[in-house]
Amino acid sequence: MLELIVISTLNGVLFGMLLFLLSSGLTVIFSMMGVLNFAHASFYMLGAFFGFQLTKWIGFWPALVLAPLLVGAIGMAVERYGLRNTHKHGHVAELLLTFGLAFAIEEIVSMIWGKSPVDYRVPALLDFPAFTIFSTNYPAFKIFMLAVSVVIFVALLIVLKRTRVGLIVQAALTHPHMVGHLGHNVGRVFMAVFGVGSALAALAGVIAGPALVTQSDMAASLGPILFVVIVFGGLGSLPGAFIASLVIGLVQTFAVALDGSLASAFGPLDPSAGPSVLTDIWNVTIAQVAPIVPYLLLVIILIVRPMGLMGTRES
Amino acid sequence: MSAAATSTTSKMAAEPAGGSLRFYGVWLLGIIVLIVLPMIFSSGGSLTSFSLIGIAIVFALSYNILLGQTGLLSFGHAVHYGLGGFAACHMMNAVVSHKWPIPLPFIPLFGGIGGLLFAMIIGWVMTKRAGTVFAMISLGIGELVASSSLILRSVFGGESGITTDRTALPKLLGWSFGPQLQVYYLIAFWLVLSAIAMYALTRTPLGRICNAVRDNPERVQFIGYDPHVVRYIAFCFAGFFAGIAGGLAAINFEIANSAYLGAIQSGLVLFSTFIGGTAFFFGPILGAILVTYLQLGLTNLTTAWQLYFGIIFIGIVMYSPGGIAGLLMMHRPLIRAGTLWTVIPSYLVAVVPTVALACGVILTIETVARFSGGDPINLFGIAFNANSPVTWFTAAILVVGGFFVARLAWRRIAEAWDRAATVARDRGYLA
Repeated sequence: MLELIVISTLNGVLFGMLLFLLSSGLTVIFSMMGVLNFAHASFYMLGAFFGFQLTKWIGFWPALVLAPLLVGAIGMAVERYGLRNTHKHGHVAELLLTFGLAFAIEEIVSMIWGKSPVDYRVPALLDFPAFTIFSTNYPAFKIFMLAVSVVIFVALLIVLKRTRVGLIVQAALTHPHMVGHLGHNVGRVFMAVFGVGSALAALAGVIAGPALVTQSDMAASLGPILFVVIVFGGLGSLPGAFIASLVIGLVQTFAVALDGSLASAFGPLDPSAGPSVLTDIWNVTIAQVAPIVPYLLLVIILIVRPMGLMGTRES
Repeated sequence: MSAAATSTTSKMAAEPAGGSLRFYGVWLLGIIVLIVLPMIFSSGGSLTSFSLIGIAIVFALSYNILLGQTGLLSFGHAVHYGLGGFAACHMMNAVVSHKWPIPLPFIPLFGGIGGLLFAMIIGWVMTKRAGTVFAMISLGIGELVASSSLILRSVFGGESGITTDRTALPKLLGWSFGPQLQVYYLIAFWLVLSAIAMYALTRTPLGRICNAVRDNPERVQFIGYDPHVVRYIAFCFAGFFAGIAGGLAAINFEIANSAYLGAIQSGLVLFSTFIGGTAFFFGPILGAILVTYLQLGLTNLTTAWQLYFGIIFIGIVMYSPGGIAGLLMMHRPLIRAGTLWTVIPSYLVAVVPTVALACGVILTIETVARFSGGDPINLFGIAFNANSPVTWFTAAILVVGGFFVARLAWRRIAEAWDRAATVARDRGYLA
């Protein structure tokens, strides 16, 4: 039991930090431009596939730098030539543009790399068990992932809170016009933020790719969870996104690891009643419910606190 | 959205009582087309296509109650469609096993009730907020229901779904609904009924207040309505009609499974509605016809058909957010003012580079799709080999050249259109 708790906590924090790499960019982009970037998870997927391809060509370490840069450039192009032109049609059009993009990117990826998972391996340098607890070998690559996420998190915090660039970005979040009047190129700030957000998502993809499955449906399966994270944490709130990422990461990891069901807790139902919804719910294990747990959390938070954990505004 | 909104209202206001003959004429014509269509195209394949298109139209119209009328962008509308399908399937099985005297044509109503019930339960929480938040919540709810459907096996039948037999129900007027033709007429009947009901809804005070909630919820609050309640009611109506569409689908396929509820189905209805145009009632109809037709036609031709949808969708969002209906209706004042002919030459000029650009894009996509093996590309009878540099070169020239020339040509169209619109405005026809 203790083993399960320790390992699941580690994995949960890791998954949570990965989620935060994605949700931080998403939520900053949202509060800045009012655009929910539907294609954010697609940038994560592009990162994983670029990472895979570049690792094949030039090795993992250059790929770790190059893939996010490439995706960041794509993100900037999307902002400059797509979103900026669509802005005049309103937020719904912008949201739909990114939705169409997410759809197209998934198709392009499955066209080039196929629909089945690609063989994206952990680099040889990190392919060893870091430590052994309770007879479980914990892979060094996961520790590396955790380290990268934490470093990015700290760097992001320092840039946003302690530098001039961060000051301008923060000001542009709430008062874009004023920032513009003060002589800053707000359009360029938006483009840069969009690029950095996409690059962070891609970085998450490069490091998550070898550990999780790199497949053309990875964006579609992660995207909705990402939206749950930022609604749960409160739209536009970076601390909220951080807490929500960790909560959802931990909850989902623990749910997958637990095998209990109502039947195992309270004994099986009377079999003479026949199959019904009740028996379905009674016999389903927590692990099977894991995929819907984030959405259940979403519904609960909407009923209890509609603006999200740390959110301040209603819409 | 606001430009689209004003055009809807001006269109409604501009219709005088004398236009009622023309108004009913359009509806009658639609009904006659629906009746005559299977007599002209009587092959099994086209009957199946017509049935699918009919279902898609009901579904898209129901979606437009949310998107076009109330301004709610939903990424989970298929939930109501799917639950309606399951409700209809269970109802059909229950009718057969209990020998209730309910003939098949009434079954879609139960589908609608299924969709409505779920909308009533979940809608109150969902419609608390509009805009982006609603969009995300609808996505989450969609995922929740789609995943739950695989857990609750006794209701949803797990991966394989629930099957049923439409011919086992009591007959109505001697119709067994075994042949596809009879099912087509059943779908057409419900299509007409739902379309009339949904059109009527847009003309009621409720429909108008929905438009107001879309355009300015604060002012709606000031005049004493609660936008939340209005959104909730609109959501329920949309759920009901989506359920009817789901019930029709269940009758047509004689099965309901978790694919009905999924994100792909939700995405497709969003595509059809938006491509067709949300500002006009006939927009979603056009969109549903086009998307279903493309879906049926393209799947045979190419493996990358979904990519084409994505590209068309992105193109519409970026360059014509009013959809196809919006594009068509843009020309109405020009036709009335008689200045359309000044625009047509520039359209004809633009056709060439635009087609070249489209061919280039198609060639590029197919080259990538078939690079690692597959049939040679057949573009309008010309064969291209995906592995030959000639193909790549042709594609590159078509895309780059087509893009730049097309941009020039479209600029000319915009100028010509502006001139024609100015003349039309001077003559008193508002654009």
